[in-house]
Amino acid sequence: MTTIPTPHDHGHHEGSYLTPPKGGFFAAVIQWATTVDHKKLGVMYTVAVLSLFMVGGLAALLVRVELWEPTRVVLNEAGEAVTTGQFFQLGKTPAENYTWYNRFFTIHGAIMVFLVIVPGVPATLGNFLLPLMLGAKDVAFPRLNLLSWYIYCTGALFAILSLINTGVDTGWTFYAPYSSSHAANTYNNVVLMTTAAFILGFSSILTGLNFIVTIHKLRCPGMGWFDMPLFVWAMYATSIIQVLATPVIGITLLLLIFERIFHVGIFDPAMGGDPVLFQHFFWFYSHPVVYVMILPGMGIASEMIAVHARKPIFGYRAIAFASLGIAGVGFLVWGHHMFTAMGELASTIFSALTFFVAIPTAVKVFNWIATLYKGSIAFNTPMLYALTFLFLFSIGGLTGLPLATLATDMHLHDSYFVVAHFHYVMMGGTIIAFIGGLHHWWPKITGKMYTEWVGMTGCIMVFIGFNVTFFTQFFLGTQGMPRRYASYIDEFQTLHQISTVGSMILGAGMFVQLGNFLHSIVAGKKAPPNPWGGLSLEWYADSPPSEHNFHHEPILTHGPYDYEDVYPPHCDPADFPLPEPLPAGAKHH
Amino acid sequence: MTTIDTHSKRQPGWKRYAFANHFRNAEDEFDACKLGFWLFLATEILLFAGLFCAYAMYRVKFPEAFAAGSHHLDIRWGGLNTLVLLVSSFTVAMSIRCAQLDNQKWLRINLVITILCAFMFFFIKLTFEYIPKWSHGIRPGVLYSNPFAGHPQEPVWWSVYYGATGIHALHVLIGASLLLWCLYRSLRYKAYGPTHYTMLENSGLYWHLVDVIWIFLFPLLYLIH
Repeated sequence: MTTIPTPHDHGHHEGSYLTPPKGGFFAAVIQWATTVDHKKLGVMYTVAVLSLFMVGGLAALLVRVELWEPTRVVLNEAGEAVTTGQFFQLGKTPAENYTWYNRFFTIHGAIMVFLVIVPGVPATLGNFLLPLMLGAKDVAFPRLNLLSWYIYCTGALFAILSLINTGVDTGWTFYAPYSSSHAANTYNNVVLMTTAAFILGFSSILTGLNFIVTIHKLRCPGMGWFDMPLFVWAMYATSIIQVLATPVIGITLLLLIFERIFHVGIFDPAMGGDPVLFQHFFWFYSHPVVYVMILPGMGIASEMIAVHARKPIFGYRAIAFASLGIAGVGFLVWGHHMFTAMGELASTIFSALTFFVAIPTAVKVFNWIATLYKGSIAFNTPMLYALTFLFLFSIGGLTGLPLATLATDMHLHDSYFVVAHFHYVMMGGTIIAFIGGLHHWWPKITGKMYTEWVGMTGCIMVFIGFNVTFFTQFFLGTQGMPRRYASYIDEFQTLHQISTVGSMILGAGMFVQLGNFLHSIVAGKKAPPNPWGGLSLEWYADSPPSEHNFHHEPILTHGPYDYEDVYPPHCDPADFPLPEPLPAGAKHH
Repeated sequence: MTTIDTHSKRQPGWKRYAFANHFRNAEDEFDACKLGFWLFLATEILLFAGLFCAYAMYRVKFPEAFAAGSHHLDIRWGGLNTLVLLVSSFTVAMSIRCAQLDNQKWLRINLVITILCAFMFFFIKLTFEYIPKWSHGIRPGVLYSNPFAGHPQEPVWWSVYYGATGIHALHVLIGASLLLWCLYRSLRYKAYGPTHYTMLENSGLYWHLVDVIWIFLFPLLYLIH
C-alpha cells in the first residue's frame, strides 16, 4: 500500500528520544538543558506551560472564592472601615482586599495569556509534532529553537519576580495611564511584568519564524502544500501572526517601560500623550494574538475529529484557507476593543470587519460537523474533547457577534458577558483543544497509554464545571455586572455563587486529568506506535519517536486523511477496515 | 548541527562547510536561512512601524511642537550620517560580491570600511547630536529642562526623537557587532566563499535594514519642518 518505511522494516533500533544518556542524573540534566531536539524542547515547554497553567488557574479560583459573597463594609468601634461576614477575603481591610483582588485577577490574566495560551500549543504540541508531521528530522533552526526556550524561561522568570514582589494590579492589558503613573508601590512590578511580556514576545517570534521556514523547506519528498495535515496549516497561519504582530507589542511595551521609567509622555495625557494610542498599539498585537491562541486549537480539533471519526476531513482546502483567512482578517479588527473611544465611522468599519471573522470560523465549524456526519466515531477521551471543543467554541464564537454589534456592545462592553465570551473561546476553545490534543498525542509523546475512563471522567467534569462557571456569567453580564470588580450588589449573589461552585468542579476536573497523566507516566500501559489508526506521518514513527524521528526519510504516498483508501500503519487491518468498494461512478463523501 | 569535513583542515572554511544534517542539501539550507532572515527583518520593520505611527499621530496632534523641535536638529550632521550609511551599504554589498568571487582580500577590506562607517555614524550621533543636546537640557519627557522650549509639548517631540534614533542607534551597534563577527570568522577560517556565505549575506541584509530605516528617519526628523 505504501512505501513509507516503518520502524520495523529493518534491523537496527535507535533508542527513543527519551532514552537517558549514560552517566546518570547529571548527564541527563545536561542533555535536556542543551538539547536542540524539537521533541525534548516540546516536552520541556509542556511541563512549563502546564505548571504555569496551574498557577494561573489557582489564582482564578481565589478570585472566584473572593466573589462568593459581596464585600460588606461597616465601621468598627474605632471608626475604621472593616469588612464583615465575607466568606473569604484577600486582605484584612476593604482596601487591602480590593488591591489583592486586582493583583490576583492580573496574575491570572497575565500568566494565562502571556505564559500559557499564547505559547501553549505552538511551543508544546507544535514543536513536538510539526517536524514529525512533515516527515522532517527537526525544525529548520534547532539552535534557535533552544534559544527560544531559554528566552521563554527568562520571560517567565521576570513575570514570577514581579509576582513574588507583590504583583501587578493593572490587569493583563497594562492600560496607560494606569500602568504608567499610578501606585508607587507597584512601580517596579509593572516594569518587571512588561519586560517579561516583551521578552516572551521574542520567544514567540522566533518560534513562529522557525515554523514558517520549516513548513516551507522541510516537507518530506512527495508532500505538497495540500498534503499537509491541517494542524500544520493551523500552525502556519499562527506563525504568520506571531511574526507579524508580536513586534508591535514589543515596541509598545518598550515605550511603556520608557514611559514608566523616564516619563517620556508618549502615553501619559498629563504630558500631552495619548492613552488611546496605547490601546491601539496594544490591540493591534493583542487582537491578532487572539487568533494565535485559537488557530492551533482549531488545528488540533481538525486532527482529532478526522482521526477519531475515521473519515476524510470534509472540505480540506476550505479549512486550510479558513485558517489563513482568519489570520488575515484578524489584523484588521483590533479597533473593536475601543468602540467607546472612537468616532462613529471608525467604529462602524471595525464592527463590519469583525463580522468577517465569523465567516471563516463558521466554515471550519460546519466542515467539522460534516466530517462527523456518518463517520465511525470512536467514543474516547480525544473525541469527547473534540466534541466539547465544538460545543464550547461555537458558543464562544456566537456570543462574539453581539459584542461586534455596536448597539449591543455599548451595553455589554466591559461586563461579565465579555468575560464569559472570551473564556468560552480561550478556555473552551484553546485550552480544551490543547488538553484533548495532549490526550490524542500522549501515546506518541510518552510511549504510554493514559487510562481511558479517567480521561473521560475528567473531560465530563471539565465540561460541566466550565459551563456552570461561565454560562452564568453571560446572565451576570447582561444584567450589568461589570468585569474586574471585587464586590457587587446583593442581587447578583446567587449567580456568582453558582459560578464559583462551577469553577471548583472545573478545577477538580483539571486535577483528575493531571492525575491521569502522572499515573500514566509511572504505571501506564506501553503504547503501540499507532493506537488510533492515524495516517499522518507522526503515526509512522515509533512511540516515543526515535532520536531522529524516522529511520529513513519518509516519502509521502497518500494524504493525511485517506481513511477510505489506505490501511493505517502499524495496525491490524481488521481493526480499521476500509469501506466496501462503491459501484463505478459513485463517490464517497 | 553543522557538518564539517575534518579531514582537510587546510582547506578554507567555506570549502569545508557542508550543511546541517536535517537539511537535504546546501541550497535548501541557504534558502531556509535567507527566508528566516527576511522574516526576521519583517519583524524589525514592524517594530519601527510602531515608532513611525507614534510620530505620525503626534505630528498631526502637535504640529507646532514638532516644527519647533525639528529646528534644533542640524541637517548637516544628519546629512553626513546619511552619506556614511549609504557608503557602508555599498561596501557591505561589495564584500558579499567578493565572497561570491572568492576575493578574500577585498571581502575583508570592504567589511572593515563598513564597520568603520558604522562606528563613525555612532560617533557623530553621540558627539555632535546626543551629548550637546542632552547637556542643554533637551531631553525626552520629564527630563526635559531647556528653558527655551518652543512649545509646551516639545518634550513629546524629543521623546519620539530619542526613542526612534536611540533604538536605531542600538541597531547600528548590533549590526556592527554582526559584521565584526563576520570579519573575525573571515580572518580566522576564510569562512566565506563562493559556495558558502550565508552568515555574511544575512549580516549584510541586516545592515541594509539599518540603512533603510535611517533613510526614513532622516527626512521625517530633519527635513520636514
